Amino acid sequence: MRITVDPLKCQGHARCFALVPELFVVDDYGMSSVKGDGTVAPALEDRALLAIANCPEFAIEEIAGEDPPG
Amino acid sequence: MARTSPVTDWSVDFDVLDHDYVADPFDIWDDLRHRCPIAHSDRRGSTWLPTRYEDVTAIAHDVEHFSSLEVAVIPFDGEEPEEPILPYGLPPISADPPLHTWTRRLLLPWFSHTRVAGYEAMTRELCSSLIDGFAARGRADAAADYAQQIPVRVIAAILGVSDSHADMFTGWVRDVLEFADDPERRAGGVQGLINYFLEEIEHRRDRPGDDLLSMLLHSEVDGAPVEQSLVLGTAALVLIAGVDTTWSAIGSSLWHLATHPDDRKRLVAEPDLMPFAVEELLRAYSPVTMARVVTHDVEFAHCPMKAGDKILMNFPAANRDPEVFEDADKVVLDRAVNRHVAFGSGIHRCAGSNLARMELRVALEQWLCRVPEFHLDEGQEVTWAGGQVRGPRLLPVVFP
Repeated sequence: MRITVDPLKCQGHARCFALVPELFVVDDYGMSSVKGDGTVAPALEDRALLAIANCPEFAIEEIAGEDPPG
Repeated sequence: MARTSPVTDWSVDFDVLDHDYVADPFDIWDDLRHRCPIAHSDRRGSTWLPTRYEDVTAIAHDVEHFSSLEVAVIPFDGEEPEEPILPYGLPPISADPPLHTWTRRLLLPWFSHTRVAGYEAMTRELCSSLIDGFAARGRADAAADYAQQIPVRVIAAILGVSDSHADMFTGWVRDVLEFADDPERRAGGVQGLINYFLEEIEHRRDRPGDDLLSMLLHSEVDGAPVEQSLVLGTAALVLIAGVDTTWSAIGSSLWHLATHPDDRKRLVAEPDLMPFAVEELLRAYSPVTMARVVTHDVEFAHCPMKAGDKILMNFPAANRDPEVFEDADKVVLDRAVNRHVAFGSGIHRCAGSNLARMELRVALEQWLCRVPEFHLDEGQEVTWAGGQVRGPRLLPVVFP
């Protein structure tokens, strides 16, 4: 599973970072982005889905149809 | 407060200062959402009141048709001076891009996740010392003695002004927000804030400190210093927005726990629920309604909106929309999916949301740690403020 944050939609609510700090970073202005290339370890997939479902701006998306890298 | 005639039909003649509505607006929103999702009233100028999540968030994102130049829920009912001291109001909240964009960028780093973590220890200590003040009495006013005392002192520390003036700040902020339909009182609150900050600005002109007000004053944007009226407006905004709102959220949350013993016991027994409970209490008792003004005639969701009409951004009602939230009218402490918009939506997302969340969490943690069992003091009245910000103002509770 791989996810991405749309920088044009993110408004810095930081719900994703609060829920899964392992997957997201926020800058000084509150803008969120994924760590690394957004690949989600299997153990974190449920929480990644939770982050997607809690974003008030619908800014986080799963990148569909990708095979895990490697 | 000026008394107005009672409302008979909320869909065409609502009054957000109606006493019963302020105390309990939830059934009215449910009814409106069902039969007239965007209500209208001419009581304080032509004003629209959306109640559905979809409509509220769509309006919040349409900054072209819905401007933030007038964000006051209760319009200013007096003569505008020819040369206003705050020609831009309280940016960035009262601004559209591009002014909104750069004034907001000045503020945001002060309320970043990392900065806010730095304020947590002082907040916890403050909460603890407030509880010391009434713990032995077995009773307290959870709003006036506790909730009201917390955010004002944290925000004073961030602005770099003395928290010994906390009661004065709270008075001005209440005059501006809660007594907005009393033009004299509102103007007095604004004047108090302006005079205070003018003096504080003078102190920092040659001797800047390590505080938000000094930063605003000495910032350069595109090679030029920030205009004094913008410094003044932004400083006033930080105080106004940082005080009444979070205090209301803390108060409403304590009201909920005082009146719902099962939730109270569960949160004491399962402290790991706290991050979810904080979001759920923010959803169910969202304190803040902001306004927008229609920039040019537009039909929105079959409503013929005219340029100059006001829209009340009913984030609190949006957050109880059953189309979006299962069991929307119930507080579910461990609600996992909770895309609430208590802090707004779009470019005006509350700049202090990280701070508000921390204050609410710490205030509840400290309270439940020291006062795990409490309930309303029967026979004592609970009072609510409403309009722009909804929350309890008197909340007498007893505990063993």
